[in-house]
Amino acid sequence: MSLALIAALPFLGALLPGLLIRAGRNACATVTGAVTALALLGILLHAPAVMRGEVITAQIEWLPALGLNANFFLDGLGMLFAGLILGIGLLIILYARFYLSTKDPMGQFYTYLLLFQGAMVGIVLSDNILLLLVFWELTSLSSFLLIGYWKHLPEGRQGARMALTVTGAGGLAMIGGMLILGNIVGSYDLTVILQNKDLIQASDWYFPALILILLGAFTKSAQFPFHFWLPHAMAAPTPVSAYLHSATMVKAGLFLMARMWPVLAGTPEWFYIVATTGLITMVMAAKIALFKDDLKALLAFSTVSHLGLITMLLGFGTAEAATVAVFHIINHATFKAALFMSAGIVDHETHTRDIKRLGGLRHLMPITFTIVCVAALSMAGIPPLNGFLSKELMLEETVHTVWLGNHWVMPVLATIGAMFSVAYSFRLIAHTFLGPVRDDYPSKPHDPGFGMWAAPALLAAMVIAIGVMPMTTVGELVRTTASAVIGGEAEVYISHWHGFVPALWMSIIAVGAGLVLLGAHKPLEAMWLSTPRPEAKAIFDAIMEPFANAARAVTDRLHDGALARYLAVATLTILAAGYFAYETGTHTPGTRALTPIEPVPAIGWLLLMGATGSLFTYHRNRLLALVLVGVIGLMVSVGFVYLSAPDLALTQISVEVATVMLLLLALNFLPKDSPVESTAGRRGRDGFIAAAAGLGIGALIYALMTRDFAFPTIAEYHLANSKPGGGGTNVVNVILVDFRGYDTFGEITVLGIAGLVIYALVEALLRGGPANDRLLAWVPDQKRAGDRHPLMLVVATRMILPIALMVGVYIFLRGHNEPGGGFIAGLVVAIATIMQYMASGFGWAAARQRIDYHALIGWGVTIAGLCGVGSWFAARPFMTTNYGYFKLPFLEKFELATAAIFDLGVFLTVVGAVMLALASISRIAIRAGETVNVEPFDIQPDEEAATEGAR
Amino acid sequence: MIHYALIFAFSCFGLGLLFNLYRIFVAPGVVDRVLALDTMVINIIALLVLYGISSHSGVYFEAALLFAMTGFVSTVAYCKFILRGDIIE
Repeated sequence: MSLALIAALPFLGALLPGLLIRAGRNACATVTGAVTALALLGILLHAPAVMRGEVITAQIEWLPALGLNANFFLDGLGMLFAGLILGIGLLIILYARFYLSTKDPMGQFYTYLLLFQGAMVGIVLSDNILLLLVFWELTSLSSFLLIGYWKHLPEGRQGARMALTVTGAGGLAMIGGMLILGNIVGSYDLTVILQNKDLIQASDWYFPALILILLGAFTKSAQFPFHFWLPHAMAAPTPVSAYLHSATMVKAGLFLMARMWPVLAGTPEWFYIVATTGLITMVMAAKIALFKDDLKALLAFSTVSHLGLITMLLGFGTAEAATVAVFHIINHATFKAALFMSAGIVDHETHTRDIKRLGGLRHLMPITFTIVCVAALSMAGIPPLNGFLSKELMLEETVHTVWLGNHWVMPVLATIGAMFSVAYSFRLIAHTFLGPVRDDYPSKPHDPGFGMWAAPALLAAMVIAIGVMPMTTVGELVRTTASAVIGGEAEVYISHWHGFVPALWMSIIAVGAGLVLLGAHKPLEAMWLSTPRPEAKAIFDAIMEPFANAARAVTDRLHDGALARYLAVATLTILAAGYFAYETGTHTPGTRALTPIEPVPAIGWLLLMGATGSLFTYHRNRLLALVLVGVIGLMVSVGFVYLSAPDLALTQISVEVATVMLLLLALNFLPKDSPVESTAGRRGRDGFIAAAAGLGIGALIYALMTRDFAFPTIAEYHLANSKPGGGGTNVVNVILVDFRGYDTFGEITVLGIAGLVIYALVEALLRGGPANDRLLAWVPDQKRAGDRHPLMLVVATRMILPIALMVGVYIFLRGHNEPGGGFIAGLVVAIATIMQYMASGFGWAAARQRIDYHALIGWGVTIAGLCGVGSWFAARPFMTTNYGYFKLPFLEKFELATAAIFDLGVFLTVVGAVMLALASISRIAIRAGETVNVEPFDIQPDEEAATEGAR
Repeated sequence: MIHYALIFAFSCFGLGLLFNLYRIFVAPGVVDRVLALDTMVINIIALLVLYGISSHSGVYFEAALLFAMTGFVSTVAYCKFILRGDIIE
């Protein structure tokens, strides 16, 4: 399976849960799991090759000019993380199916989860750092949705916002760092960057790039002093916490450090920044975790602590330490995910996560107790579980590490960290499950169903398996991954017994002291509570408040909801930019000679200017303004004809008519005059801005038109290839249906959507509700003449219908070679049809309407699309046209192009959309109390008016 | 000969357009303006045909045809609006 497909699968799959939730919760969870399993299968199929040391790649050029390509590669490191993300993802999906209550929208949850999963898989598979950054930001965004999933909880929303702010800000810093890195190497491809260690570390820009990239990694992995967001993100549902904070989101920062390890690590800067931060984080967070009563808060801080441990190991910069880091990443993911899920089970069954209210659960929830025991003992580092193995190796590494010339700092602090780790792990077991059974649980606890404990149980089994047989189970995986991290051959030797080495003694001290700490928990806690501690959330809010206020002030100033303000700001900015460019650039007058002014076009110009200018005076009378706009439209159309753009002119003429009708239909329900709402000074100011902008545009156009093109125009190509390539001599039409057929396809789709939206809006308006009540109470604001459907008009429109249809067919058929085409033909036919509505009324016309306009739009888009698909059967790319010459008896030889089929689609869509829009709006009047006709006209020659009062 | 005829015709219709413009500016009511706009369309049709004759091209005829066929539709719509308020009843 291609790597690009693996990365895309979760994104594609994200569409499914939202849809399938209608088929039930099981279907929803199953399809989500299937998507994840498929992606996991894709990774596993590559596993044998990766284990042999091969690197799988997939390359898709995206924006090569920017160096942004969708390049993916899979090596040991990527495979480990992708496996963790998808494997644990699968368990989380199973767990969430039983965790989420029926009130929670499950479809939404799984959609967010898959989006997040896709972003994470994208990060670990990206070969291009720009692509990696895109996925990196996507994880921030999708985790925001996941953390804030319980929208009704203020903590959820605030926690999500804090996580987004911190990780988003880090992401911004990382963009800077990555761009610097790409600049140093001259390539944005990771595989290239990873081979240029000396070049990068010798560069003056190494340090800034390091700092910026580490900011990104530290914020994501919740390293001190950015650790504060993680505990607040615990307001999320437990499956989210288990997923984000055991295997994925917070591990993204570690992944990045591991990924960049070959080129960034090994310098003193790297060692002192990364190792020190990791060490501080490990000790500090472990200490806080001991005093947290909320189960999830305890686990959150323990996660921060373990992340610090791994960061520290990566910071050491030695191959052995990096190998241990990889091993601990695996171990932490297994026991921490199990613990989070178990904490969720306890919360789910007892309705509380407060350790102070729990205790004695071992008899009531034996299965959960067993799982927690295994996982927590592993977290504490008790042999023979896997946590012991990696902790022991970590302690061994610290012994060999010198910090500022001091041999003692690292081992001592690491032992203290391990001691706290032992203490909180045992506290988790002892204070939740041991002790006497209580009778004041908020809910009667019992073990959950199999579905809920299956996932954590599997993880606990893995904890034991890895612990007992480390080399058999994960030895190869660790070796492959560590080799990928250090960019060389890693040696892996994991065993339970190393002899009486310092690490063993440190371990024994940590366990002993940890148990003592737990024993003295009560007095220690009293001491902890009495000392003042900085409250991260208050500080965060205090910092964010002024920023938010400043941002709000600027936004309100620039964009206060009034369109006038918004336009004024935008226009002035553009004007200022244009003026600046004019002032600072060099400007010489154009070299093209001006064409002479002919008298008749001059008159046309006068009409255009006169009508535009008089709008100034008359614009408050809306009908009059519409008449003036009609004059302007007329002159613009004629201008197109005169300036040799017949296609444009034909379109403009018909569009003008449709526009006038649309506006008149709407004006019926609007006030006929625009009220004076602004002061004279304000109007003067706006007038000044508008005039300046208009004159500026005029000057710009003048400057462009008095010059020759600076570059060869694309027109040459189109003119040369129109006939041989597209089979038509009308270049405009060939561009529309052939060269740029894909654009046209998009445009008609949009047009169709617009027509349907107008229909939907009117439908909503006509349904019962306040808007409809106002419509029903609406009284026409002008007097009405008696004759609704004048005989003359009716006769004239009937006469013109066949002629107009014929003209439409004619314009359509010749469109490929002479001015015309499907778009104009569609408008002509629509106008001819809408005239029947105008003449004989909606009721009469609707009764004779055989074709559904919705269907027309649908057919139009479908035909155009099928025409494009058709070229596949000729083994050519989408929407390649072909043409040929045919001879029928009695007719001249004629040409048929597949583009004509496409044009037919355009034609149908235009007719459908225009008719649907006009017919929909005219329906408003019917609901507002108008009556409709069944007869074509009011005054029958032989009988009296036959108006039926039907609503 | 046709040359002079064309110049004469161009002048006449051009002058007609200017009169139309005057009517648009100064008129007793909206109806007069709508009529002026309608006349303007007719004058434009004439000018387009004349232009086609003078440049020996048939391209302009289609535009004139389309104006003739659809130009009056807007006028009818305006009138219907002034008379009844609702153009499609």
